[in-house]
Amino acid sequence: MYTQQVMDHFMNPRNVGELDNPSGTGTVGNAKCGDIMQIQIKVEQGVITDVKFKTFGCGAAIATSSRATEMVKGKTIDEALQITNKMVTDSLGGLPPVKLHCSVLAEEALHAAIADYKQKLEAGEISG
Amino acid sequence: MNKIYMDNAATTRITQPVLEAMMPYLTGCYGNPSSVYETGREARKAIEKARQQTAEALGAQPGEIYFTGCGTESDNWALRGAAYARRDKGKHIITSAIEHHAVLHTAQQLEKEGFQVTYLPVDGEGLVDPAELEKAMRPDTTLVSVMMANNEIGTLQPIEELGRIAKAHGALMHTDAVQAIGSVAIDLAKLPVDLLSLSGHKFHAPKGVGALYIRKGASIGRFMLGGAQERGQRAGTENLASIVGLGAAIQLAAENLPRHNAYLTQLRDAMIHGIMERIPYVGLNGHPQLRLPGNVNVSVRYLEGESMLLNLDLRGIAASSGSACTSGSLDPSHVLLAIGLPHEIAHGSLRFSLSEDNTLEEVEQVVDELEKIVRRLRSMSPLYHGE
Repeated sequence: MYTQQVMDHFMNPRNVGELDNPSGTGTVGNAKCGDIMQIQIKVEQGVITDVKFKTFGCGAAIATSSRATEMVKGKTIDEALQITNKMVTDSLGGLPPVKLHCSVLAEEALHAAIADYKQKLEAGEISG
Repeated sequence: MNKIYMDNAATTRITQPVLEAMMPYLTGCYGNPSSVYETGREARKAIEKARQQTAEALGAQPGEIYFTGCGTESDNWALRGAAYARRDKGKHIITSAIEHHAVLHTAQQLEKEGFQVTYLPVDGEGLVDPAELEKAMRPDTTLVSVMMANNEIGTLQPIEELGRIAKAHGALMHTDAVQAIGSVAIDLAKLPVDLLSLSGHKFHAPKGVGALYIRKGASIGRFMLGGAQERGQRAGTENLASIVGLGAAIQLAAENLPRHNAYLTQLRDAMIHGIMERIPYVGLNGHPQLRLPGNVNVSVRYLEGESMLLNLDLRGIAASSGSACTSGSLDPSHVLLAIGLPHEIAHGSLRFSLSEDNTLEEVEQVVDELEKIVRRLRSMSPLYHGE
């Protein structure tokens, strides 16, 4: 059902956990639907220098959040915003059609984390 | 890595004596049971022997047993047959909220065709209250269908009491006994049940064969149209070898029932106890005593079922879950929702269904592995904040 790349990320997820002082945090999904994803980013001079995630969900949800964190690390905010759920799933060799909505969550969580960062930046709570 | 199969409610292994009973009818005596020549007559004899074995195991008469293609067909036939055969008397049917989809989807289709259906609720442990059935009975109720044992949570229903109520009101009583065969002693000479569905592959016979018991006098009409097989009630060339296998398997299941139940109850309770003892924030689903001897169903909080199943699979352990991700829809199991579990807890359900092939060592091994898996996945869950 899942590709080797999906199973690899599921069994050996990258960047699991939480950051001490995140520049931005995005949490999307809800427990009722069986998927919650939290992505935290650390931004220094416009570059995402660290990223962590936590996911409540199925194998596809865990694998796509892991892969998404890997893809944004080291990217500028603008570059990170270019990353789509399709790019995440393609790089995992695809997902079964019924699981595609899980990959949407990874993109949404990332965007939510970036939006949180921008809001904090504007409010002067952090410096870019 | 040794494989541990704990999904016997999904399907079971064909056992050696069953396979041996079937073999002659796959290659040697392969005649069509409707044919007049010798190999046809031998095939006919084998089918009638299987019918006899099935009837004896259930306390029924051979003439009351009809072989079908599967449990789902039996359920479809029972509901549609009874509903249409008795539509002049009324168009009201009663079933429960936790039936298998073979019953639920048939009932829903009947609603579209102009019948009315009442879905009885269940309590937190999955039991139908006979008083609720009594209240739901109407003069135009023609059929009551309640499963003997639930496939997900294993709860055993008070079929005798429910059947008595149905019959007191002149309705037919159907029970889906697909999960019960081999675990629940059934004596249809005494049990107030008119229609009973069963499926071979749940008790070590092959897939693709089932049966419907139709009490003598409870005419429900034919289902499949075509040839005169099954006394004109179910057309289609008989699945000879599989029917032979079903006959052998149900006979063995009935003979082994006390030993089977004693053994599986011991494994089941050890497993439930082990999981509860060693893993925090876990709840047992279903009734603690009135449950199938091989059924363990637990909800592991803060986790989603499929992620646990994948981890178990990587360790060679086969189990199942009622999460949305394994049901192919966005909602978790209708059974778990019906017993009152919130969605997020239902998503974290796991079912282990045991057979006599399993051992206490395997139970211990699975509990060990599950404990590790749960700890690892919880460390990744944003809902979990430590023990």
